[in-house]
Amino acid sequence: MQTNPVIKLDEIHKVYHTGEVDVHAVRGITLNIFPGEFVAIMGSSGSGKSTLMNMIGGLDRPTDGKYLLDGIDISTLNRDTLADVRNEKIGFVFQGFNLLSRTSARENVEMPMLYHRHRIPALEQHKRAMSSLELVGLGQRADHHPNQLSGGQQQRVAIARALVNQPTLLLADEPTGNLDTQTSIEIMGVFQKLNDQGITIVMVTHELDIARYTKRMVILRDGKIVTDEAVQNRSVAEKELQKLRAAQQAVKLG
Amino acid sequence: MRSLLTMLGVIIGVGAVIGSVSLTSGATKQVEDQVSSLGSSVITVFSGNFTSGGMRGGWGSAPTLTLGDALAIMSLTNVVAVSPEVRDRQQVLANGLNWNTQVLGESPDYPQIRNWTIAEGSMFSDQDVKTLAKSAVIGKTVADELFPNENPIGQTIRIRNLPFLVVGLLNSKGFNLFGQDQDDIVIVPYSSHMHRITTRTFLNDILVQAANDKAIDGVQQEITDTLLARHRSKEQDFTVRNQLELMQAVTATSRAMGFLLAGVAAVSLVVGGIGIMNIMLVSVTERTREIGIRMAVGARAADILVQFLIEAVTLSAIGGTIGIIGGVSFSKIVAYVRDMPTVTPVMWIIIAFISSALIGIVSGFYPAWKASKLDPIDALRYE
Repeated sequence: MQTNPVIKLDEIHKVYHTGEVDVHAVRGITLNIFPGEFVAIMGSSGSGKSTLMNMIGGLDRPTDGKYLLDGIDISTLNRDTLADVRNEKIGFVFQGFNLLSRTSARENVEMPMLYHRHRIPALEQHKRAMSSLELVGLGQRADHHPNQLSGGQQQRVAIARALVNQPTLLLADEPTGNLDTQTSIEIMGVFQKLNDQGITIVMVTHELDIARYTKRMVILRDGKIVTDEAVQNRSVAEKELQKLRAAQQAVKLG
Repeated sequence: MRSLLTMLGVIIGVGAVIGSVSLTSGATKQVEDQVSSLGSSVITVFSGNFTSGGMRGGWGSAPTLTLGDALAIMSLTNVVAVSPEVRDRQQVLANGLNWNTQVLGESPDYPQIRNWTIAEGSMFSDQDVKTLAKSAVIGKTVADELFPNENPIGQTIRIRNLPFLVVGLLNSKGFNLFGQDQDDIVIVPYSSHMHRITTRTFLNDILVQAANDKAIDGVQQEITDTLLARHRSKEQDFTVRNQLELMQAVTATSRAMGFLLAGVAAVSLVVGGIGIMNIMLVSVTERTREIGIRMAVGARAADILVQFLIEAVTLSAIGGTIGIIGGVSFSKIVAYVRDMPTVTPVMWIIIAFISSALIGIVSGFYPAWKASKLDPIDALRYE
């Protein structure tokens, strides 16, 4: 590929000094992810995928190696600049949704804009939050509080929040971990749609059938990449949903 | 609900400060009003005490002050008014009614010295003093008792069977600090009193008004020197007192009370601050995840610090406002129920509000700082 990579990891190491034993969680990972890619990072627990994810997301810094995010060397930034990078370049989607329970969906989506380096006028915040919610199909639910929304809807609000500052990268940490099969497929449908619009997505998951919705699979074991290949027979959320509905109809579930 | 309990410490503290300050400054103001109603910059010279066979009379019991003394005082610098005072109780008759009251012999300067005004008619004149005129100025109580439904001006009252013409009616002054009715009084020229009513040649005391409060000490010293020289006695056979001394003595007590109450209030403010710090620490722990989320989407440490500080300050400022309202209403209720004047100085309201906001900053700073130092990864994983 000719374009510059969004993520350029070069011999990344991460060692945790907890107690007496040093834990070598990531042992030299080199990885390039280009604009428009949809990557699943897989691996069993302890494989270092969460640590890798935290470093990609700018929540943590590598012990050794070089990480360029959109051309910026993350490994040398201080805490506050790192916060700005997270705010402007990265959108996070978590397993546990992580919405603020006492505020409405719209206010949740507006939150990242409060921390933007340049002040965004309230009206503009409102407009951007609404268009972001509409993008995930929740425009009608903007004034609902998280406890009035289903798990799938809450995750959509979280995705809307991740997108609101127009990040170059969407990071999802087990986004379907707390959802049932049908809702998981719906969420993957949202991701596929966003990816079709050109948004780069990196997703951590341990479910193979969820990973099949992505375009590229990276499998880690013991802090090293063991497999890095394009997804064959890629699942398409719409078709899978139709299949699922048909199956549910057969057993009179739906 | 929990916020309310958190604020309670500050509410009680601020309420106590405002309440106690209102009550004590009300009491102080009442005392000051009463003392200044006695007249300002006033020096009183009492005659010496009379001692006979080991028994000592009170002030004014010995005949040591004379009219000559009063005239000598009048010639001193910084003395603006002098009234030689002679006191006696007499049965006063008028209108078929009678009343036992205090009859004072004074100079025409008396109303000015006592900061008193004439409601109707006028004060008798210097001419009246010279001619031993049978003129009288009466207080409100005497007027009510002797002339229930009539205008007393121009009427005649009889003192020791001598007819005195009522030329003036004093405005009501009410009761003094010691519970005496100040309006139960008849004032006649001191010369008439000394020659016609009593046949005394000595004065009970001399009221002196200094030019201003600053001149009081100097004038007091001059009076002492002058009288000692005139009396040619080694021992001081008179006593000189001024209103400021009295005022200071009375306000000192209420000020001490005020300090005590303010001390109690300050303690409860500190306790309130600790309460806020405690609840903010709990809040930071409970909301660790929220802090993690905010950091993940790009909040800087300073953003988190400011957020929690604002919360703490808001809590304590709301508490302070409720406390101010509570304290003011408490003092108003006391004022109504106990019929005591209360004054809430605006300055104290501002002090109370600012100090409650300061408590919020001080007690909120540590929890807020702790929150801002959290590691985003740990905070996000926190259950």
